[in-house]
Amino acid sequence: MHKTPLLDQLESGPFPSFVKDLKRLAPTKPQVNDLLGQLERSYKEKITHWKHGGIVGVLGYGSGIIGRYSDLPDEFPGLEHFHTMRINQPSGWFYTSQALRELFDIWDEHGSSILNMHGATGDIIFLGTRTEELEPAFQKLTAKGWDIGGSGSAMRSPSCCCGPARCEWSCYDTMEACYQLTQEFQFDLHRPSFPYKYKLKFSGCPNDCVASVARSDMSMIGVWKDDIRIDQSAVEAYIGGELKPKGGGANVDKLDVQADVVDLCPTQCMWLEGKTLKINNKECNHCMHCINMMPQALRPGTDVGCTVLLGSHAPILEGAQMSWVIVPFMRMEEPFDELKELTANITEWWSEHGKNRERVGELIMRMGMRAFLEAVGLPPVPQSVRVPRANPFFFWHQSDFEAEAEGRKYHTTK
Amino acid sequence: MALSKEELVEYIYKLVEGAQGKKQLKAKDIEKLVLKEHPDQPKNDVKFAIKDLIDGGRCVYTYFGGSFIEIPHVEGAAKH
Repeated sequence: MHKTPLLDQLESGPFPSFVKDLKRLAPTKPQVNDLLGQLERSYKEKITHWKHGGIVGVLGYGSGIIGRYSDLPDEFPGLEHFHTMRINQPSGWFYTSQALRELFDIWDEHGSSILNMHGATGDIIFLGTRTEELEPAFQKLTAKGWDIGGSGSAMRSPSCCCGPARCEWSCYDTMEACYQLTQEFQFDLHRPSFPYKYKLKFSGCPNDCVASVARSDMSMIGVWKDDIRIDQSAVEAYIGGELKPKGGGANVDKLDVQADVVDLCPTQCMWLEGKTLKINNKECNHCMHCINMMPQALRPGTDVGCTVLLGSHAPILEGAQMSWVIVPFMRMEEPFDELKELTANITEWWSEHGKNRERVGELIMRMGMRAFLEAVGLPPVPQSVRVPRANPFFFWHQSDFEAEAEGRKYHTTK
Repeated sequence: MALSKEELVEYIYKLVEGAQGKKQLKAKDIEKLVLKEHPDQPKNDVKFAIKDLIDGGRCVYTYFGGSFIEIPHVEGAAKH
């Protein structure tokens, strides 16, 4: 066993330690012992000893395998190859125990047994195997109904919150949408043909439990158009302290509806009349705060769909960006044709104009939201205005220039 | 004039082979090069011709800060 004095410190303290897990595996998996050794050395030298990329993969696919090699293969022979496999997760991350056992048996046989449930995109991450083990592992996975996920310049494995399976606030069937879009874009998921990665995430309500607004190029966040449903008797129960706030998840037992809900409404669209809660729904911006605080009294409306946002990414070419509303409301019903068509139009425009490693949000920054909206055939809408009082969506057409040549005025103060 | 399926596969293979060692081509680069010479070639034909080359093992996807299509070669990163 390699000596790991720096890593050993990570075993102290109150938190679960990956070092402890790795040490447990090390006696039976020599590559894990080498992993501990190389990591210790990286901690000491403050540099990585990994190389990544290259040509490894499984036949026919260009995604799902991330080549990884040690730059110290003589010292750590177990890490000469240490590739990652991404396995496309089931929608909402629902597994049976049997499915998990099958997966882990395959990884015990063909890999290091180290895994990450789950990666940032949502896939199951199998960490550490040799090139010659990739194809047999892939064959066994597909025989059990699994497929590898996306990596590289491809559609990444779409992911979603558990949606209506466990959450009464979900405004559409996130898991079905995620599944359908995953099937629709199989070609682009397995055969990288985009300028860079493209992530789809589905959240059932504005709580956005999968953080799609910050972590996906395109997020579909459930929303309602009509009024928040109110059970006034439950509101009274909250006021009287008979119901606990946040379904018992808050650090106080009794809710002060005025202070904790009404006064914290960001648009101040609600007020109390005695023990009756009133909401001016036209002013509501669907922040979910009141619904989260009083889940038995308030629920999203019934006229439901999603808001589509585009463009978030971590810093690569430009700085980090959050997503931008491109469709304020889209009905989300099977077979999700409108969403599929929009996604295809966006990726087509991006593939045509994007530079290598340029995310779609960065392309929009470079070419302008106006060019994007025109290209994909979306109407400019007030909800798309990112900075109030700055309208980037004025479309100049040839007829405007002709009219100007004829002496017509565009703006008048009359 | 649009190429037949077999002609297109060979045309793309030659493009990739010619670029080897000089420029790494992405799928979209290949599509643009094909359409430049054969503007009436449907884009989907290019997509499936690339798939044929990959499935047959004559070309492979590589990742070097982006995904490219290349002729199979010795894995540089795997060397000591």
